[in-house]
Amino acid sequence: MTVVIKARDIVTRFGDNVVHDGVSLTVNAGEIYGLLGGSGSGKSTLLREFILLLRPHAGSIRVLDYDVMALSPFQAEQLRRRWGILFQSGALYSSLTVAENIAVMLQEYTDLSSDVIADIVHIKLNMVGLPEHAADLYPAELSGGMIKRAGLARALAMDPELLFLDEPTSGLDPVSAEGFDKLIMELRDILGLTVVMVTHDLDSIWTIVDRFAVLGDKKVVAEGDLDTVMKSQHPIIDAFFKGERGHIRSRHGN
Amino acid sequence: MTETRTLLPHLACVKTSSEAAVLASRGDWHADLLGALKPSLQKCIRALHNVALQWDVSEIGWIDTAGMLLHIQALEQLQNQGCTVEFRGQSQDFARLYDLLQKYRMAGASSERPAQRSAIVSILDDIGKRYVGVWYTLANFLAFIGENFVHFLYSLRHPGAFRIKAIIKNIDDAGFKALPIIALTSFLIGVVIAYQGAVQLEKFGANIFIVDMIGISITRELAPLITAIVVAGRTGSSYTAQLGVMKLTEEIDAMRTMGFDPHRFLVLPRMIALMLALPLLIFFADIIGIAGGMLISNLHLNISFHEFLHRLQNVLAVKHVWIGIGKGPFFAWLIAVVGCFNGFQVARDTESIGRYTTISVVYAIFLVIACDAVFSVILTGLGI
Ligand SMILES: Nc1ncnc2c1ncn2[C@@H]1O[C@H](COP(=O)(O)OP(=O)(O)OP(=O)(O)O)[C@@H](O)[C@H]1O
Ligand SMILES: [Mg+2]
Repeated sequence: MTVVIKARDIVTRFGDNVVHDGVSLTVNAGEIYGLLGGSGSGKSTLLREFILLLRPHAGSIRVLDYDVMALSPFQAEQLRRRWGILFQSGALYSSLTVAENIAVMLQEYTDLSSDVIADIVHIKLNMVGLPEHAADLYPAELSGGMIKRAGLARALAMDPELLFLDEPTSGLDPVSAEGFDKLIMELRDILGLTVVMVTHDLDSIWTIVDRFAVLGDKKVVAEGDLDTVMKSQHPIIDAFFKGERGHIRSRHGN
Repeated sequence: MTETRTLLPHLACVKTSSEAAVLASRGDWHADLLGALKPSLQKCIRALHNVALQWDVSEIGWIDTAGMLLHIQALEQLQNQGCTVEFRGQSQDFARLYDLLQKYRMAGASSERPAQRSAIVSILDDIGKRYVGVWYTLANFLAFIGENFVHFLYSLRHPGAFRIKAIIKNIDDAGFKALPIIALTSFLIGVVIAYQGAVQLEKFGANIFIVDMIGISITRELAPLITAIVVAGRTGSSYTAQLGVMKLTEEIDAMRTMGFDPHRFLVLPRMIALMLALPLLIFFADIIGIAGGMLISNLHLNISFHEFLHRLQNVLAVKHVWIGIGKGPFFAWLIAVVGCFNGFQVARDTESIGRYTTISVVYAIFLVIACDAVFSVILTGLGI
């Protein structure tokens, strides 16, 4: 099995605030990998380190076989084309319509003719389940769920091999959240994507995530598939999965 | 490092007989590499009418959405040209991607886009929209001023409603922190006026009249105007940007829902602060501007500082100073109202912040100059 992301002993500090102190994890090709942890445990920060927005103080990160800590500008450029990212708040360009947001990478990096690009935009919109009329709306005119979908469509525009999702289902209604989960799974199966997602959604963890890591105490307190993690006796795991919400879910579902 | 071998995408086209042809796609059909391929694909396809076509795709290395779309579009075009097409040697990935794209391409395809309007119609449409837009903006502006005035009256009756702290902070930002730049500009204006005057007056031996010229022109016209222009560029633009960002991040909506009226909490403090600060800044600019003139008079016309001040006291009627300072609150009101109004006009995207900030500065400066002209006309009419 090929390894897509390999992070070892990452240390991150903001001033005196130590966020990570020796975080290590491994993401394999073709899996949906979850990052869990309480608010402020450093999930988004870890994600930003994977995608070259932030440099950890120590440790090593390999993404798609590139050494992220020692990357030439040219390699960084290559790497950036091979992933897609959905930010926690969407981060759509506010002065472009949804269709333009999706098309922007294609226009910038390829010589495709405009009708092919329009066709690709149309397909991506359909894939993420946005109605046709949404194409001409501006981000400020979208609902929260539509922003997530548009962000996903933009992330998928260049057919990435690796997809980073920061809380894709937060703020969605349960039906949409389930639909979104299904969509991510379908895309993984068909396009052979590797997906790394930050999530708080216990349903997502039970249904679509293959393996995951739980961040807590500035470290990874457990990593593996659901059974492995549940066997861990760490208090953070207990709090996460054996609290009231976790209980209800495990009684009915698993 | 996995060295992914990229083969340029390539299409071979062989016409075997008048009814049959073979196409073969090879290489990596990757979005980055496809731009150059489309013309040759088109050329090859246009030549094929009513033939039975075998399309060999077995030698495709890697194919993505864009590559597959080219295949699908070509396929549709061929079918329209009466050809029958059969793919040969499809890999599993190829078939899967093909099905996926077909599925999502067809979905929702029925909703056609509205037809393009003709150029003339869209020009007329544009003119009409702009015209209506101007009236809307004007109406909104008047409504804004009215609303603002009502809140001002309310605050006068309930003095507790004035946000004293916010006013003081704004005076600090717009007034105190502007002192260095005001000092620099007004000093230079004084220097420039003195230089220009010195050359002319020396010809007549009327050196001492430089004092009259500097004293009156600076206090009555130049200091108020220059100060207002600097403040419009510095403070008016920052008002627009601050309120615009607050509008975009929904902070203003949040304030409304908590019962903090934006006029009372944001606009009035800025307006009052500027109306208090600008006259003081003008007075400051008077002093520095005259000092600049005095320095040059001393250097070029040998008028001593003592002589200069003595003459100044005799010739500069205090009404000129009062008129100059009295313009301050009017200019300040214009700058603050235009700046805040444009801040509230910001909507939807970050670009509009830049647009409205520019508009706000341009209008504020224009209105200040226009207002100054009105003052001149009225005061001359009154013989002051
Ligand atoms: N730019 C920054 N400057 C200073 N501190 C930061 C910065 N970004 C994040 N932090 C700190 O790092 C810690 C982790 O933040 P992060 O955003 O990664 O949390 P998270 O796990 O994504 O939480 P959530 O689930 O709420 O999104 C927090 O304590 C935060 O205050
Ligand atoms: Mg986060």
